[in-house]
Amino acid sequence: MGTTGSQNVGRIPIDDNSILRLQEVTKVFCPGTIDEVKALDNINLDIIAEDFITVIGSNGAGKTTLLNIIAGVYPPERGGKLIVNGRDIANLSEHGHARYVGRVYQDPRTGTAAKMTIAENLSLAIMRGQKRGVGTAITKQRKELFRTVLVPLGLGLEDRLTALVGTLSGGQRQALSLVMATMSKPSLLLLDEHTATLDPKTARIVLELTQMVVSREKMTTVMVTHNMELALRFGNRLLMMHKGKIIVDLNHQQRINLTVSDLVDAFEKASGEQFVDDSVLLSSVDPMTRK
Amino acid sequence: MDIFSNLFPISLYEGLAYGLVAIGVYITFRVLSFPDLTVDGSFPLGGAVVSVLIINGVDPWVGTFTAFLAGMCAGLVTSLLNTALRINALLAGILMMVGLYSVNLMIMGRANIPLLREVTVFDEAAGLFGTDTSTTFSIIFMAALIIIVLAILNWLLRTDIGLALRATGDNEQMVRGLGGNTNLTTILGVSMSNGLVALAGAMIAQNQGFADIGMGIGMIVMGLASVIIGEGIFRPRGITGILLAVVGGAFAYRLFLGIALRLGLPPTDLKLVTAVLVVVVLAIPYIRKRLRHEWVPPAARM
Repeated sequence: MGTTGSQNVGRIPIDDNSILRLQEVTKVFCPGTIDEVKALDNINLDIIAEDFITVIGSNGAGKTTLLNIIAGVYPPERGGKLIVNGRDIANLSEHGHARYVGRVYQDPRTGTAAKMTIAENLSLAIMRGQKRGVGTAITKQRKELFRTVLVPLGLGLEDRLTALVGTLSGGQRQALSLVMATMSKPSLLLLDEHTATLDPKTARIVLELTQMVVSREKMTTVMVTHNMELALRFGNRLLMMHKGKIIVDLNHQQRINLTVSDLVDAFEKASGEQFVDDSVLLSSVDPMTRK
Repeated sequence: MDIFSNLFPISLYEGLAYGLVAIGVYITFRVLSFPDLTVDGSFPLGGAVVSVLIINGVDPWVGTFTAFLAGMCAGLVTSLLNTALRINALLAGILMMVGLYSVNLMIMGRANIPLLREVTVFDEAAGLFGTDTSTTFSIIFMAALIIIVLAILNWLLRTDIGLALRATGDNEQMVRGLGGNTNLTTILGVSMSNGLVALAGAMIAQNQGFADIGMGIGMIVMGLASVIIGEGIFRPRGITGILLAVVGGAFAYRLFLGIALRLGLPPTDLKLVTAVLVVVVLAIPYIRKRLRHEWVPPAARM
């Protein structure tokens, strides 16, 4: 099963604008034990420059594993490749991946350092992909730059550069995470359900900021979400995952008039299973329009 | 008040010397969140290295610097156990502490090396300024050393690599996600810390006139006591403040021990006094919160 009904499965894409190509990427957790689980099953995917991909799927579908592999938290099984600029980075360390990949995590606490100031957090982010030496971290020029990147958020953070990040609210911290993930312009931005822990109003603000930053910087983005409405509203390409496989891959044309119930139908057709994931259905309320 | 004569200057000197240990412990425990117990072994390692070098005719300045390097090597091994072999930080430190006991004995060849008739860095430094080695001079000399160390750390912790080091202890996941090599920052921090601790051991051995295999017992608790007391008394904010508070804490702690001694406690009781002191200082914030009916999460076990 898994391949039934999807014309897109196993497609080996051929595109020279590929920012990142995943080739035969498989990930098995706890191999050889009774807990063995194939979190990713032979994934082939081309992420094209300026794509904004939304990824949906039930719990355990492999969405987060996919992001972790791309971010280099762990390598894929032998034979799997992650090709960036013609170079396979699959076995590079996580900090090696960071040169290409910026990430905003689900929990605002994961993306920022609480006991350090806003300026210090941003200074850490500005050195993404560079060798960290003994140059002064917070200079006048950098502070100017930090103010310029913080002003568009409209949260007043530009006047609080010396405030400890631990004193910020969850929404403010997530907005800061977003700036930290994008300010040194990595090739790819990963958003891992980055509004899931925020209240609806804050989630809306962070989503608006996300849209603003992504379109302004023309960031190639992969956004994982549990929210089908969001997955349809955002981006230009939609992936649906199930049991470690990409079972639906819709481009902009294909998803333009799609509704949530179309997606559920597509899922059932592609996976050959009834769609029974409460968390996806329940969270299909759109925080962007909810009053 | 006769029994309290000299108490202040001696505590001041000891506070400065053991302040180096406190700074080392501060770097691992507080900055890196790496509970490193190597300290109990790297402190006598510093004393052992400098003593053996001095009695073999090596220049005491060179000997002291070599002791610092030896401590850094010990820290390097501890951090490699943790980063390269994925051994739990606490366990890596304990293993090193145990192993270093034998290493220190091997270096010294016996359990105690007297330095009474040898020329130490204190004598050399006093000679440079044309004075005698006295308590006052020792205080000035140690103060100068501490100021240099604090100045270097105060600068280093504000650089790009220093920021990555501090963030490693705060949110390691984030640092890696931003392209920082947290293995490298851990190695740097733990090595630096143990270098400073060994330097303290070398200075103490030279000042007290001997190195002893048992001189490091309880050093970690002592360093931790200084850090906690310093934070408690001075409630510092910012890097500079914290570094000064840690040295201040070492002084307060030494003063406290000095008073206990002068009040007639036998020296063998001091370790227990220290342990009880740390327990009390650690428990106070919790008890205060309980009295205010605040919820406090269970303590970490690992």
